Amino acid sequence: MRSDPGFYDYWPYLERPKLRWPNGARVAFWVAPNIEFYELNPPANPHRKAWPQPSPAVPGYSIRDYGNRVGHMRQMALLDKYGIRGSISLSTALCDHHPEIIDLCRERNWEFFSHGIYNTRYTYGMSSEQERDMIRDSMETIHRHTGQKCAGYLAPALSHSEETLDLFAETGTELFGDKGGFYTCDLFHDDQPTPINLRSGKRFVSVPYSLEMNDTIAYVVNKVEPRRYGQMLRDNFDRLYQEGAESGTVMCIPTHNYQVSCPHRLRAFEEALEYITGHSDVWVTTGREIAEYYLQNYYDTARADIQAKNASAAQEVQP
Amino acid sequence: MSEKSAMSEKKAMSDTKALPPEHLQYPQRHYGMDHDLYSWEMLTNRKPVHWQQGKLALWVNVSLQFFPLNQRGLPFPPAGGMTMPYPDLRHFSLRDYGNRVGIYRILRALDKYNIKPTFAVNGELVQRAPYLLHLLRERGDELIAHGWNMDSPHYGGQSKGVEKELISRTLGSLRKASGQEVRGWLSPGKVHSENTPTLLAEQGVEYFCDWVNDDMPYRFNTNSGALWAMPLSTELEDQFILRNNLHSETSYAEQIEDACRFLLSEAQTLGGRILALNIHPWMLGQPHRIAYLERAFEFITAQPGVFSAPAHTLLQQCEQAMVEPA
Repeated sequence: MRSDPGFYDYWPYLERPKLRWPNGARVAFWVAPNIEFYELNPPANPHRKAWPQPSPAVPGYSIRDYGNRVGHMRQMALLDKYGIRGSISLSTALCDHHPEIIDLCRERNWEFFSHGIYNTRYTYGMSSEQERDMIRDSMETIHRHTGQKCAGYLAPALSHSEETLDLFAETGTELFGDKGGFYTCDLFHDDQPTPINLRSGKRFVSVPYSLEMNDTIAYVVNKVEPRRYGQMLRDNFDRLYQEGAESGTVMCIPTHNYQVSCPHRLRAFEEALEYITGHSDVWVTTGREIAEYYLQNYYDTARADIQAKNASAAQEVQP
Repeated sequence: MSEKSAMSEKKAMSDTKALPPEHLQYPQRHYGMDHDLYSWEMLTNRKPVHWQQGKLALWVNVSLQFFPLNQRGLPFPPAGGMTMPYPDLRHFSLRDYGNRVGIYRILRALDKYNIKPTFAVNGELVQRAPYLLHLLRERGDELIAHGWNMDSPHYGGQSKGVEKELISRTLGSLRKASGQEVRGWLSPGKVHSENTPTLLAEQGVEYFCDWVNDDMPYRFNTNSGALWAMPLSTELEDQFILRNNLHSETSYAEQIEDACRFLLSEAQTLGGRILALNIHPWMLGQPHRIAYLERAFEFITAQPGVFSAPAHTLLQQCEQAMVEPA
């Protein structure tokens, strides 16, 4: 175990090289619907329990199934209405279980990225080989069902190993060269994309995917009232938009169809989407497009700035 | 041990670390659900239901519950049950309040807004509160069986014989007391065993309300006969919003109003919908909360296209819609 994962260097949110999104946009805005499949009877992971009750765990399983049976169509209708293409964090087994949903998203040219195979299969306890196999299976499944070369990763149920990002990046290279496996949503250290240090030296970025704006974190963990969640989304946008006038920022709303698409929560979500997309200078985009744009235009500048700032800082603290 | 050999031992350990092979095997990875309890079907792919009385049905279910003082909590304690060392008088009496005081406030509110509810009743309440059961019988509202008491859960791995007796005792008690057939079931805590759906269908139950994966009724598979799943939202329950999430009473009313608006607008184009409210007299029957329930009722019943109906009335219309030609 390490005291720091070593993925990124300290980089103050101050006097960074000015970031400009396409067409001078201030904020790159993306919505990441998690489209997940939870198993009723997953093998028991020794490090984390999937369900609180002996099977069948009706309460937890059934509300998650609600997301796919009922919620998906509602969120999709809203994203259509506001011209937003979803970037799907996908339990890739859903390609087999619910291909109807995959087809609807593919028709809309939404992005699919890997969120593991099932959200009830945790990375904890896996060997490197097992984790690599799981990641490879998930990326191949996305390619087989959608033709997309999976670019991004969010570990299933946010369960990680020390090697997760390395394995994802390397598997992406094996399968798709530079066209796959080049961004992660697993880190919450910044409001702008940042370069990530990997053992392979691959050009790889973290794209901000806000844990605080995540509906499940807001509703289930922090127990936020729905209208307050809508207000939080607007406040989050306001500040990122304001700061984006100086240098571009990223706002992400990670969603779950079993949370945000419940009848009592859609209004707050819709009002926030209407508010955000009602602003000019907002780049409504996807995770992949943010990562690609950043890699092409800012990755090298950022690396150089991080190195320069840390080098000069190190010099100054020397006696 | 040298640092180097300690390192290599640690490396060897991490190399041998692995989960058993079944963790990377996916026997249920195929089209549809990963079980046979019901079929995969998105709500929008089903034939729309057109209610006879309007667009959006308001189904209010009042859960009447008994939480025993000598709670066993096996294999898990009931939500809302005893949490303090025995005798937990605070929770026992606060829950009991609902059946003595709170329910009468709720009844008054229901009647004021002409709402036709169902009552989900623990079987043991027949003995504990015969006055209340008699009153419900006189009112004639639909009764749903709610298990024996809140400390008698149905759960995975439960002996089939024990569960069968529990169901038959509950149904027998409520059928006798109410004079009704008692066609509906709500398991305590909305948790049930692998055998529950079949056991319920065997004993004449036509629908149960444990699954929160839909906003409309759908057919469940059993080994013994037809059983419908009726949608009774947990996310909109009073005790979920107020006790679990600690939201304000104002927010409770707002959430219901937002849900009502949304479902009503969806019902204009996609077919009939149900606004299902599960309420607890021990929660909303408190003097400081009842006005917020009334506020929600006032809002809902003022919307054109909303009507109130108990579960079985709605189910009959869904059954009818299934046999009618498109």
